[in-house]
Amino acid sequence: MANNLSGGFKAYLYRDLLLGIRNRGDLSKPLMFFLLVAIMVPLAIAPEASKLAAIAPGLIWILALLATLLSIERLFSEDYADGSLEQLLISPNMLMMPLLGKITAHWLVIGLPLTMLSPVIAIWFSLPVTAMIPMILSLALGTAVLSLIGAMGAALTLPRQGGVLLALLVMPLYMPVLIFGSATIQSAVDGLNWLAPLAMLAAFLAVAIVLCPLVISAGLKIAKNG
Amino acid sequence: MTKHILLKVQNLAFERNDTVLFQPVDFELNSGEALQLQGINGSGKTTLFQLLTGIFQPSCGQISYCGQLFKDCRYAFLSNVLYIGHQSGVKAALTVDENLRWMSPNNTSSEKISAALKTVGLSDYAKIPCANLSAGQRRRVALARLMTSQAKLWFLDEPFTSLDKEGVELIEQCMSKHLNQGGSILFSSHQDLAQVKARIYKLQPFLEVA
Repeated sequence: MANNLSGGFKAYLYRDLLLGIRNRGDLSKPLMFFLLVAIMVPLAIAPEASKLAAIAPGLIWILALLATLLSIERLFSEDYADGSLEQLLISPNMLMMPLLGKITAHWLVIGLPLTMLSPVIAIWFSLPVTAMIPMILSLALGTAVLSLIGAMGAALTLPRQGGVLLALLVMPLYMPVLIFGSATIQSAVDGLNWLAPLAMLAAFLAVAIVLCPLVISAGLKIAKNG
Repeated sequence: MTKHILLKVQNLAFERNDTVLFQPVDFELNSGEALQLQGINGSGKTTLFQLLTGIFQPSCGQISYCGQLFKDCRYAFLSNVLYIGHQSGVKAALTVDENLRWMSPNNTSSEKISAALKTVGLSDYAKIPCANLSAGQRRRVALARLMTSQAKLWFLDEPFTSLDKEGVELIEQCMSKHLNQGGSILFSSHQDLAQVKARIYKLQPFLEVA
């Protein structure tokens, strides 16, 4: 196992990516959810471009948020069950880097694909082309924040698999991300400066990278102490 | 090799949900020595391992490594500990080879990994996901770590569960080799070992003093 800071990050990033690829069936569920709901909305509401474009910024963000939430509870539960969490806790190094590695891997298999799928949905919802770049940027930053906050909830709800408790715990913290995320797209649609809400998301990310691992490591230790 | 005290445990006790798990534990573990933990089911053997690895905080008592208190030498101590618990940390989705590589120190060479797999008799399974292996074979994957690790102290919690006769013999050989090289082993097991000479420490259930 790793004996330096970046090593712990890389080792866990690589392992979790590999696990993600091996368990791709499970991981594709949130993405399928994201796509399927997006496909159903125009069919159920109205296929008029103006109506769809009006709800698109909010809807894309709500879907991204729920898809991340669906996937996050598995982040630690498997490690807990097979004993690798125990091995992580007794490693002599700081927990921060391995945890960030795990969360980065989660973002790479959930957040990034969501971000890359979003243009398809944007076109489906007739979102103006000018809003495309802001949408991609806001999702890229925002889903990373969602992964970090969600990991906090997943750690605190161990050894039970999160479920309702996880959603209740994490939802209030997801709200600011949702608000500024959809505001980024909305501002771009309205022709306003969308850099301000995007900068807020970037600020959330900076704070979350520093603070979330602290809460997560404390949460994991409590979970083990049960 | 001169013997010295690697691990010293003094008056260690642990309380969970208002019950004290075992009578305070006192023992010393010298280099080149094995100590076998015995105790009835539920007497707290696994908990003791978790106390010794710092997963749990003891309610009272001291753990020292090479004469230093646990909290003063956490890094040095844990870098020298190999702990294999009941759940051995083997990932079902990874192959045998990937699992062992992941659990071994960073600089372990591929030759060492394949040699370890050969010793535990899993060479032919190197590329097979551990999900397809039997419980005993998974145990062997976890125990192959004994051959790649450089840790001085081995903490083995019931290492022989689900192993066959040859498997037990193999692990015993591994343990005696480690002891001859000056390492120490603390392990829990209900069976008597044929090859490894081990002192026995009995974990007593807590008795309240009237």
